[in-house]
Order: sequence, then C-alpha cells, then structure tokens
Amino acid sequence: MALIHKATVMDEKAMQQALRRIAHEIIEHNKGTENLVLVGVRRRGVPLARRLQAYLNEIENTSIPLGILDITLYRDDLTQRTDQPEVRTTDVPFSLENKDVVLVDDVLYTGRTIRSALDALMDLGRPATIQLAVLVDRGHRELPIRADFVGKNIPTSKTELVEVRVTEFDDAEQVDILENSVQ
Amino acid sequence: MQALRRKDILGLEEMSAEEITLVLDTARSMREIIQRKIKKVPTLRGRTVLNLFYEPSTRTKASFELAQKYMSADSVSVAGTSSSLVKGETLKDTVRNVEVMGVECVIMRHPVSGAAHYLARSIEASVINAGDGMHEHPTQGLLDMFTIWEKKGRIEGLKVVIVGDVRHSRVARSNIWGLKKMGARVVISGPPTLMPPDRAELGVDYCPVVEEAVEGADVIMALRLQKERQESGLFPSLREYAELYGLNARRLAGANEDLLIMHPGPVNRGIEISSELADGPHSVILEQVTSGVAVRMALLYLLLGGVKEE
Repeated sequence: MALIHKATVMDEKAMQQALRRIAHEIIEHNKGTENLVLVGVRRRGVPLARRLQAYLNEIENTSIPLGILDITLYRDDLTQRTDQPEVRTTDVPFSLENKDVVLVDDVLYTGRTIRSALDALMDLGRPATIQLAVLVDRGHRELPIRADFVGKNIPTSKTELVEVRVTEFDDAEQVDILENSVQ
Repeated sequence: MQALRRKDILGLEEMSAEEITLVLDTARSMREIIQRKIKKVPTLRGRTVLNLFYEPSTRTKASFELAQKYMSADSVSVAGTSSSLVKGETLKDTVRNVEVMGVECVIMRHPVSGAAHYLARSIEASVINAGDGMHEHPTQGLLDMFTIWEKKGRIEGLKVVIVGDVRHSRVARSNIWGLKKMGARVVISGPPTLMPPDRAELGVDYCPVVEEAVEGADVIMALRLQKERQESGLFPSLREYAELYGLNARRLAGANEDLLIMHPGPVNRGIEISSELADGPHSVILEQVTSGVAVRMALLYLLLGGVKEE
C-alpha cells in the first residue's frame, strides 16, 4: 500500500486567506478579543494557532495568549493501538478560568481528537466558553462535535487522507489530499 | 524511539541509554500534570496495579501510589507483614492469586536480590522493581537521573560522586549503571569496607578521601548509612564515620560552584550529611521526591498505556 498525491486543495495563499478570515470571524463572534485565549492542539494545531494569533494581534493591536495542548493522555484509543503514541508536554502558562478559549486544530474528522482536547482543557480550568477553529473540515464525524470556525470544507472519502503541511514541520505550506492505493 | 518494548522494569543494568532517555522525556511531560490544580489524567482508567511491599517504605510506596492515582489506574497495596507471606505462602502463589484477579502490573519491593526477576519470569503481568535486596532500585536511579537532567540540562560528561555505603546500596547500583550508560563519570568514596567488590565491573573509580573525590564534581550523592552495618563491624562508630566521610560545607569546598547535592532519603542528619547542606541552596533532595512521581507516572504509561505487540 502506498499513499498517492491526488490534489493540492489549498496553497500557501489560500491558507493565509482562510486564517485571516477566521481571525475576523473570531473577533466578530466574540465582539473583540478582550477575554480571548488561543490553544493549539499538538502538533499542527500549534503553528496554525500561532498564525491566527499574529493576525488577531495585528487586527486588534493587542497581544493574545497562546497555549499548547498535548492530548495523548486523553486519547480513547490507547488500548487499541500497538504503536504507543509519544507523550509531549502541555504548556498553557495562563489561567483558563472564565476565558473564551479558541481551540485550534488542523483537520476536523471523526471528532475524537477534539473530544480528548475538551477533556484535557477542562482539567486545566473552567473556561467561560470553548470555541473550535479548524483549517479543514473533512466530514465523517463519529461524535456530536462541530467547528465554530472553518477554513475550508473539503468533502472526502474515508480512504483519503487530508494532510496539512506547515513550514515548521514540513517543507511546504499547503493542504494535500492523498489516497491509499492497493497495489 | 517511541515505545518501550519490554514487559518489566527490573534494573538499569539491562536498559539501554535510548530507553532511559525515553523514560526521562516522558517524565518531563508528566511533571506538568503534577503542577496542575487538578492532578489527574484518564490515561490508565480501568487498568489495575498491585503494590507489594515486603520491606518498609514511605516515599517509594507513596510515590508509586500517587503516580497510579494521577494516571487514573486502580491499585491495591499489600504490605508484607500483613499478607499471607507470614502464613507461609510463596511469593509466586501470592502473586498468581492476585494475577487471576486481573492485576496487570505488580510493583514489588523485596529483601531478596533477584526477587523481581523471579517474579517477572513467573507471571504475565508487568513487574516494576521497587528495590530488591542489595541489587537494584531502578525507579530511584531514573528519578535521580531525571533530577540531574532537569537541573543540568544533560547527564553526559558530568562528574557524579557517590559517597557512603555503596556496597549494600541498591540505589547506588542502579545509579551507577544508569549514569554510566548516559555518559557520566562516576566516582565512589567512603570506607574501603563499604565499597563494592565488583567495582571494576561497574566501571567506577574509587577515591577514599572525600575531599579529593569531590574535586570538580557536578553532583554529589550521599547514601543512607544503615546503622546495622556498624554492628557487623564494617565501620567503628557513627561518630567516626561522620568525622571522616560525613558531607559538610568544609569538605565540599573543591566541588563546582553549581554543585547538586542529592540523597535518596531517609536522611540521617549529622551522619552522612549535615543539616546545613541537606537544607542548603545546593540541595535537590526535595526535588528528587517530585521527580519520583513523574518518573513513575512515565513508567506506568510506557508499560501499561497501549497494547503490547504480540
């Protein structure tokens, strides 16, 4: 089995535009950024949250706190996987108490990562609200979870893979669709 | 490396530098959880752990139990004196009985060297050695290395001096194996009667004069002096021991400026270490205790989180 590149659905410019639009939507929805904090889900939610933070800071001329969430210890599939996921550090150096938290991730798929992230966030404090921003919503939810801010809706089949690439970890800034091919 | 591909943690002698690094890395993430207001993650929900202590222990037992609670594992603790061991049941029978009750991991401290290895061979559950006789105490070795690594940012190239009864100390033995693998230089010091006969095999240097041993040291570990060793004639008196080998500020004058002072506890104040040092700015004795919980959480995750490949 090999992964075959099917299409590039967002390039660097499209990603920038989508994130900038989300930044505006977040401001509109929250009537400002006063009570706002961002939390990126490891791994690729973190650089996306950083980009959002930069746009928000620029638009509102402010400085919004950004935290990093590792959800490994909250996964619901730990007893099913043979490849043990590596635990990394959660770093939320501010209080979430009564804050409006915007959780940022790259792709929304089954909703299970977000379920884990919600549990992880609740253990850190009691926010006023939690909102979800994702770059891509690819459908196929297995849990009653939806995003408040979506960069792009991409209908996919379950055999496909949506890959968000960011310059921090990858050699490009774009979103690709890959497909498993049985040879 | 992502996963620890072993069933048990029995000693640092058999662990690789790569495995040790994985444990220390994972422990760093666990330490963040201990600093939270709500110190609990759901990771090991529904997993069952047995703590079997055939020797008295305060901090190791408390530390393991806290680690289990923070990871949401269910646990049962049995102390040797209150168990059916006193009724003549063999160790294997005791644990087999508990195993059929669904225990997946056994933490054991036992006065006989090799007891944890024996147990690990006898049962399917994972075994973590919490100290076996004079052999090893791997979780203490790992937590000591974690403390050094957190404070110094590295272990490789450091000079670590272990002072005291190295011969009878499982803590020293685990530290020596681990520290050597991680690239530290280990020097031991203390009365010749309390030095291990297999010093060459352990790969450590011996320097009988503490003042000389600590020259340029980055870390000094004092070991607990067990008073019953005096009765067997290995050293003349506690007072003389303190006079010649006890750690105090004057004696450590030659060590590095940013020296770390460690002790596995419980401390005999005024014998192996002065109160001034134990409570002083170089002491990381209390940090060692916090590191203990983080390291044990990491080990529980690495052994019990996820399915082992068949």
